[in-house]
Amino acid sequence: MSVDLTWDLVADVRQLLSYHFMLNALRAGTIVAVVCGAIGYFMVLRRQSFVGHTLAVIGFPGAAGAIWLGVSSGFGYYGFCIAGALVIAALPGGGRAGSGLGGAGEESAVVGTVQGFALACGFLFVSLYKGFLSGLNNLLFGTITGVADHQVITLLIAGVLCLAVLVAIARPLLFVSVDPDVARASGVPVRLVGTVYLVLLGTAAAGASQITGSLLVFALLVAPAATASRLTARPYLGLGLSVLIAVLVTWLGEAFAFFSPYPIGFWVTTLAFGAYLLATGYGLLRERLGRRLVTA
Amino acid sequence: MSAVLELDRAAVAVAGRTIWSGVSLQVQAGEFVAILGPNGVGKSTLLKAVLGLTPLSGGAMTVLGDRPGHVNGRIGYLPQRRAFDPNTRVRGVDIVRLGLDGDRWGVPLPGRLAGSAGRRARERVEEVIALVGAGAYAGRPIGQCSGGEQQRLLIAQALIRGPELLVLDEPLDSLDVTNQASVSALIRDVCRSQNVAVLLVAHDVNPILPYLDQVIYLAHGGAVMGPPEEVITADTLTMLYGTPIDVLRDRAGRLVVVGQPDAHAEHR
Ligand SMILES: Nc1ncnc2c1ncn2[C@@H]1O[C@H](COP(=O)(O)OP(=O)(O)O)[C@@H](O)[C@H]1O
Ligand SMILES: [Mg+2]
Repeated sequence: MSVDLTWDLVADVRQLLSYHFMLNALRAGTIVAVVCGAIGYFMVLRRQSFVGHTLAVIGFPGAAGAIWLGVSSGFGYYGFCIAGALVIAALPGGGRAGSGLGGAGEESAVVGTVQGFALACGFLFVSLYKGFLSGLNNLLFGTITGVADHQVITLLIAGVLCLAVLVAIARPLLFVSVDPDVARASGVPVRLVGTVYLVLLGTAAAGASQITGSLLVFALLVAPAATASRLTARPYLGLGLSVLIAVLVTWLGEAFAFFSPYPIGFWVTTLAFGAYLLATGYGLLRERLGRRLVTA
Repeated sequence: MSAVLELDRAAVAVAGRTIWSGVSLQVQAGEFVAILGPNGVGKSTLLKAVLGLTPLSGGAMTVLGDRPGHVNGRIGYLPQRRAFDPNTRVRGVDIVRLGLDGDRWGVPLPGRLAGSAGRRARERVEEVIALVGAGAYAGRPIGQCSGGEQQRLLIAQALIRGPELLVLDEPLDSLDVTNQASVSALIRDVCRSQNVAVLLVAHDVNPILPYLDQVIYLAHGGAVMGPPEEVITADTLTMLYGTPIDVLRDRAGRLVVVGQPDAHAEHR
């Protein structure tokens, strides 16, 4: 394919949308971004970023194993990520968002062990399936060219289910995330809510892995949410902002990947990180100005 | 007066070990009661038993006329804790609001859409925030509030459902002396004006001593309960803690406990 970036933005967008694979990439990317933006907001609030990263990495042996066995990689992603979420939830202390207020600390040692094991399995499956090494990059860093119609449908179903469950548990989840002891005393089933959330996180990570690759899922799960919570301390507004930022970053990242030789994972990560830096700078500036106003 | 809390030869075991047993006591509506005792003696466990979070291993307990754990909607709880992580980017108002409906599934509808129920909820949040005097900082991320400010917001959260019993686990810990005095006075005001019974675990009894109706001392696996003048005596305290403790009177005639072990030491 030959693509040329011109100064005419409308022509560029039209060119981009004239490819079916690009339409699919945008559809899939949008679904994944909405889900990751929303689920990621709670991940950041609960300080479960490491768990999120681990679940994303677990998708890699899942996909590699599925390809080795000759089934669709989607099964591998969803199967492994959701199973991984349940395993981490069952591990002592693994699924807890920290015992302190605001969800401090997590059982990183346990989760880290799971992550190392997952990576090792992934590379084992890759080496067992000899002809497959060219696909390794895509599994790890994502691709915009490979999204099939049926994959978009699967992503959509999983995404809608994810969001529906998230909306249903959002308020108790917020409660449990910032103040687990009082939530438990108020009758919130803390452990159940935590486990359901981990399954949602696994599902989101599995979906995102198929677009950005296993190693860069993080860009969509953590950066938009962290950016949003820099910008506002209102939880539901933050949730919405996080989704918005994730979608923008994904659209731009896919467009840049289309017009450049670099993989989508790189662009999405770079843009998401840029947004985070901007928001942090804005936060610092506002703090400094605020302090000057107070001291003046 | 009716008893909000009644223990009859109650006992609790955690992980197979009996923490305390044979505890019988009564707390009446609107009473301000302190729970004192050395570290690890089971003060927090007593509060958790009241909330039904830790089951009794023996005896009986009635909370607000019902079994523990069945009436937590009528109890305000402030667990023992450290401060919020400074990076917690959630506003104080949101934390207070969670005390009202945080256990309900779904999400609250935004602004107008929530209708009159939403308006009432917002008014109630404002009301308790004003009651504890947290209006100036309730809109800030709670992680950036000082320890005393966080404690006031959490007390507002505990008060939001109009509880009949407040269960506070070391709310004065980690506060400086000025804040200890003002938060104690706030709890006393709430106790008197709303007729809420208060069960407060304290490490250092002095800031609340003038306000107390009853004192519960936990020690040696059992409990002693009585009015402060009877329980807070040099002999009783020395016996309960096992180290010499003096009880003096200051110029205003108020009791002061001196030599209480680990009054400012590390806590669990
Ligand atoms: N989850 C638990 N598992 C085992 N032992 C516990 C647990 N929680 C508390 N304990 C023990 O119960 C005792 C009472 O604890 P606690 O009620 O926190 O004491 P206090 O609040 O008076 O300092 C302590 O000896 C503590 O070690
Ligand atoms: Mg305690």
